[in-house]
Amino acid sequence: MLVQIRELTKLYSHGEIQVTALDRISLDIAGGEFVALMGPSGSGKSTLLHIIAGIDRPTSGDCHVRDINVADLTETQLAEWRNHHVGFVFQTFNLIPVLTAYENVELPLLLTSLTGRERRQHVEAALELVGLGDRMRHLPRQLSGGQEQRVAIARALVTDPTLIVADEPTGNLDAHSAQEVLGLLQTLNRQAGKTIIMVTHDPKAAAFAQRTIHLEKGQLLNGNGQHP
Amino acid sequence: MAIPLKYNLRSIRVRWRATLATILGIALVVTVFIFVRSFAHGMEATYVKTGDSRNLIVLRKGSTAESSSQISREDARRIKYMTGIARDEAGNPLASAEIIVLILLKRMDGSGTANVLVRGISNTAIALRPEIKITEGRMLRAGLNECIVSRRIADRFQQCRVGDSFQSGKTTWNVVGIFDAAQTAYESEIWVDADEARSAFKRNFYGSVLLRPENDAAAATLKKRLLDDRLLSIKVQTETEYWDEQTQSAGFYRFLASFLAIIMSIGAAFAAMNTMYAAVGARTREIGTLRALGFHRRHIYISFLLESIVLSLLGGIVGGLISLSFNLISTGTFGGTSFAEVAFQFRVTPQLLGTGLLFALIMGVIGGLLPARLAARKPVLDALRSV
Ligand SMILES: Nc1ncnc2c1ncn2[C@@H]1O[C@H](COP(=O)(O)OP(=O)(O)O)[C@@H](O)[C@H]1O
Ligand SMILES: [Mg+2]
Repeated sequence: MLVQIRELTKLYSHGEIQVTALDRISLDIAGGEFVALMGPSGSGKSTLLHIIAGIDRPTSGDCHVRDINVADLTETQLAEWRNHHVGFVFQTFNLIPVLTAYENVELPLLLTSLTGRERRQHVEAALELVGLGDRMRHLPRQLSGGQEQRVAIARALVTDPTLIVADEPTGNLDAHSAQEVLGLLQTLNRQAGKTIIMVTHDPKAAAFAQRTIHLEKGQLLNGNGQHP
Repeated sequence: MAIPLKYNLRSIRVRWRATLATILGIALVVTVFIFVRSFAHGMEATYVKTGDSRNLIVLRKGSTAESSSQISREDARRIKYMTGIARDEAGNPLASAEIIVLILLKRMDGSGTANVLVRGISNTAIALRPEIKITEGRMLRAGLNECIVSRRIADRFQQCRVGDSFQSGKTTWNVVGIFDAAQTAYESEIWVDADEARSAFKRNFYGSVLLRPENDAAAATLKKRLLDDRLLSIKVQTETEYWDEQTQSAGFYRFLASFLAIIMSIGAAFAAMNTMYAAVGARTREIGTLRALGFHRRHIYISFLLESIVLSLLGGIVGGLISLSFNLISTGTFGGTSFAEVAFQFRVTPQLLGTGLLFALIMGVIGGLLPARLAARKPVLDALRSV
């Protein structure tokens, strides 16, 4: 299994009150899967995604990605791990506004040992793949929302990560752009074999995934996140 | 590789309104620093060149400068005719009872008036100061309100060419010569006859007596004789000692430069810090994004620290350019200890520019440390969630 989650619990405490964001979740995700995480607002979808992606830590339980327990890594190791293994797609795109599409996509590669030439090849290939080969010198504000999100997808896949995680990637997009972005993710999954975990509360978006996991109040709804 | 510098440069440019005040603040500090320092430099260079170790200068006991000293006419005469003073070919003692006064003259460029130092001299004054050369016209003669003017003053003030005359109070002074003072303090003076000066400016005393002992051996006895004379209440120094003491006031300006610079730079460093805190606040989500992409805390820290340094170096460069423009426009004149128009050479040396930039750099580092630390320490998730 690529992702193996066992008895994962995440508690938040607001002074006296404790919120159980995730309640002893166990879940497996295989390499090459496209999984949709669904559930009402506050059900713990983002929290689960953040722990898998190594930007949050569980209160207890394990989260193994490729046999590494993410919770065991130090801050610095975790940063390196994210750079190698995770591609992020955010609801709000999160491109750096003062950098061009090209420069945004190049960012994660600056942490690798690739030469300038190799970086150029990778960046251009990624932008071609998302259909923005002709927008490389544009700044984010010169792009439409859908185009911005495609740049973000190019940035997420340019390092050839183990996982692509997307938190409501179509939440800020119109229906047409949403279709484009979801189609792109589906293509990446089907044709390039990328493992994708996507949080959404839109059933139409979830329909693009192969498998849908339902969360409610921090628990898996059907209780069998694990593969049979 | 770290976060590219263009990220910081462009962020500064995008937020230029917010950063401009900080850049100008730092520029101001650097300008003032360079300005006062170069003033001190010029002063030192001038005073170091002034003074002849063979001459003795007599002031009233307790005075530190000619401008605050008074020697009565009787005392001056008494001093002049002491034994042990060298004599010129005509047999007159090489002693010059002198007085300095300030007058207002119109600047050549029409930018108003300034105080100019007028020195009343005896006719042996030039013999006592061989570095002074009349380069145009002739030496002044007593009786006709004649004056000679230093080259610098002639160039900088109206009605100071040979043949011109200028008015001061009820007296009209006729310019008969121009002198070159070999970059000594006399370079910014006008010389007239001491007794004419006394009557024109209504003083019944002199300020100092400059004299030349017959030789080194005579100097010591002459000094002792002067000090032992119970009718005289005076102070005797070699002329070199006197100007060394004046140089101490350059030391004061050097101190003032450092003092002003430190006070102002604390303010500027706070401004830089403020700007950087605002920058970190405004870009928190970008910091979260960079961290998610795999950049370490250290990368974020260095990036924001560098941004603060870039910001302050920009200020340093602007400040350097401002002071350089002063360097080109004028030789800079300033009120010295006597608040006269003293033409110190205002020179911005490369070394001084370097110090100014270093200064800016330090302000950048100090201003950037805490905001950069704040940026680096933000938890990734909190940063990503910020709006
Ligand atoms: N930083 C936090 N501090 C306190 N409570 C939090 C924090 N983050 C999330 N929560 C709580 O955890 C629960 C799950 O949140 P989240 O994973 O964001 O839900 P979803 O993404 O499904 O809307 C919610 O009740 C939320 O209020
Ligand atoms: Mg969420």
